[in-house]
Amino acid sequence: MHLLIQSCLLGILTGGVYALMASGLTLAFGVMKVINVAQGALIILGAYLSYTLFTQLSIDPFLGILIVTPLSFALGVGLQLVFIRPLRADEREELSLLVTWAIALGIEGVLSVIYHTTYRSTLTGYANKSLTVAGYHFSVVRLMAFGVSAVILLGLYLLLSRTSLGRSIRATVQNPTSARLLGIDAARVSAIGFGISAATATAAGAVYGIVYPFNPGSHYDLISRLLSIVVLGGLGSLGGAVVAALVMGVGEAVFAAEVSPTWSSFTFFVVLIAILLVRPQGLFGVRERGAL
Amino acid sequence: MLNLAVFTVMYAGLASSWNLLGGFSGYLSLGHAAFFGIGAYAIGILFTHIGVGAGYRPFLVLPGVGVAVALLSVPVGWVALRVRATTFAIVTISLLFVVQQLAFNLHGLTKGSQGLALPFPPFPTATYERPFYWAMLAVFAVSVLACWYVRGSKLGLMLHTVRDDEDRARGIGVDVTTVKVVAFAVSVGLTAMIGGLWAYYIAFIYPQFAVDPLVTIGAVLMAFLGGKGTIWGPALGAFILVPVQQYLAYKLGASQLYLVGYASVFLIIMLLLPRGILPSIEDRVARRRADPRGRDPDGSPAPPRPEQVVA
Repeated sequence: MHLLIQSCLLGILTGGVYALMASGLTLAFGVMKVINVAQGALIILGAYLSYTLFTQLSIDPFLGILIVTPLSFALGVGLQLVFIRPLRADEREELSLLVTWAIALGIEGVLSVIYHTTYRSTLTGYANKSLTVAGYHFSVVRLMAFGVSAVILLGLYLLLSRTSLGRSIRATVQNPTSARLLGIDAARVSAIGFGISAATATAAGAVYGIVYPFNPGSHYDLISRLLSIVVLGGLGSLGGAVVAALVMGVGEAVFAAEVSPTWSSFTFFVVLIAILLVRPQGLFGVRERGAL
Repeated sequence: MLNLAVFTVMYAGLASSWNLLGGFSGYLSLGHAAFFGIGAYAIGILFTHIGVGAGYRPFLVLPGVGVAVALLSVPVGWVALRVRATTFAIVTISLLFVVQQLAFNLHGLTKGSQGLALPFPPFPTATYERPFYWAMLAVFAVSVLACWYVRGSKLGLMLHTVRDDEDRARGIGVDVTTVKVVAFAVSVGLTAMIGGLWAYYIAFIYPQFAVDPLVTIGAVLMAFLGGKGTIWGPALGAFILVPVQQYLAYKLGASQLYLVGYASVFLIIMLLLPRGILPSIEDRVARRRADPRGRDPDGSPAPPRPEQVVA
């Protein structure tokens, strides 16, 4: 029982970070109907950027997020303008999969040239500290990673629910045509949406780099997990992504502890197959005409 | 030189068999490398655990592997094709990692990350590539034949209706599920045969190499460059891109710049020629025919492509 609860707690902490990673992916899909396969690569890019800030300028990786996210927001807007916008609207959904995959390969290539393919991790002074509360162990970095992810997600939620930019984004997600008729600049919203998505990815990457070792190829592992999460949550649903991320995080941790750590990444795929059989539109997805 | 020929025909076959589902129905599979890997490991495991013998015998086993994988893929396809195209693409990406994980974890069968060594084919060095070249060519021919058959048949029409408007297709009584699953099964069966040939040719396979996302991406890119949904487009794409790929690998292979170069070629093609070479030429020819002076007299839109008329 103790082991089960311990692994549930660990899963919630991991799930929080997954939630931050998946939020950008589901947001980009909601706004533009673009599946951003490069999300994993942007996360790893964030991990390397904060690794470099930490090793070269000894900036704490959690503080480094403040430097890394504006940069990647600009990168995201740039990528959207150069690569996503030129695609014709009726082909955008399928072509964007391939284009963002190519972007992911490009980022992986550039990172391998600069950093080579050995595994790195951002080893802070508090990397091995841990707390014990009522007999349960928490490593400090994982607690901080969860806390930072939760804060950023809360910020994202407030941005979407309280600001006029957020209203435009939500309107575009719900109905792009009416949003445009109401005078919302869809092109601007799409660019900003992609920028926010990239910014959350690199912020999550900074957190990821503190908890796990990474190399330029790690993005494949990440993106396969994240895609399962957004399908489970329902494509385009932010709340769904958060719930799904927590479910997957806990499922993976419990499976690793109770059954076998080698097979724990299969939790994602088993849940994915189950959801396709039972509820193909995802937990919080809407069944549109011709959709899912 | 023959090495390049083997790889060119191999990718031409991969791109053509991918085209069967992705090109005709619009369901982009990004996980065909999973079935490539399954074929490769099937041959590897048959060699090491059952002993199919050396020489030409593996070539005879190959069609069996293809049929078995096609049959096995039916339930997979049935589940994966329950969702619309975008989610299908996501599911196939996951499939890629499932198979790669299996190859790592089923240590008893695949020897995991150590890799699986196949017995070296006993062909004379001077003509070592030749049997593989002919075998690859045969599978490629079958893929093109399948595309040709599908394009002209009722199955092809049904796949086109799925691409254009799946709900309406279902509404008018097309059994969309069966159509999609059949195309999927044939497509991955052929892919598995190519994977098996590749494994025998390379004689050493390990998980990241046999289930390589770049194999899928290469095949998809070639189909897009040549023109997906056409009969010869994917092959044309392979004849152009495989030499480029091998040149990049030869020039930049040692450094990681290879990936950067590959990604750049990829992005340029997707942005400049999203419809592919053959459909663009067909368009131009059709427009020329409509107006012999080669321009539209009243700016009217170009006549529909032949495939649209068919659909």
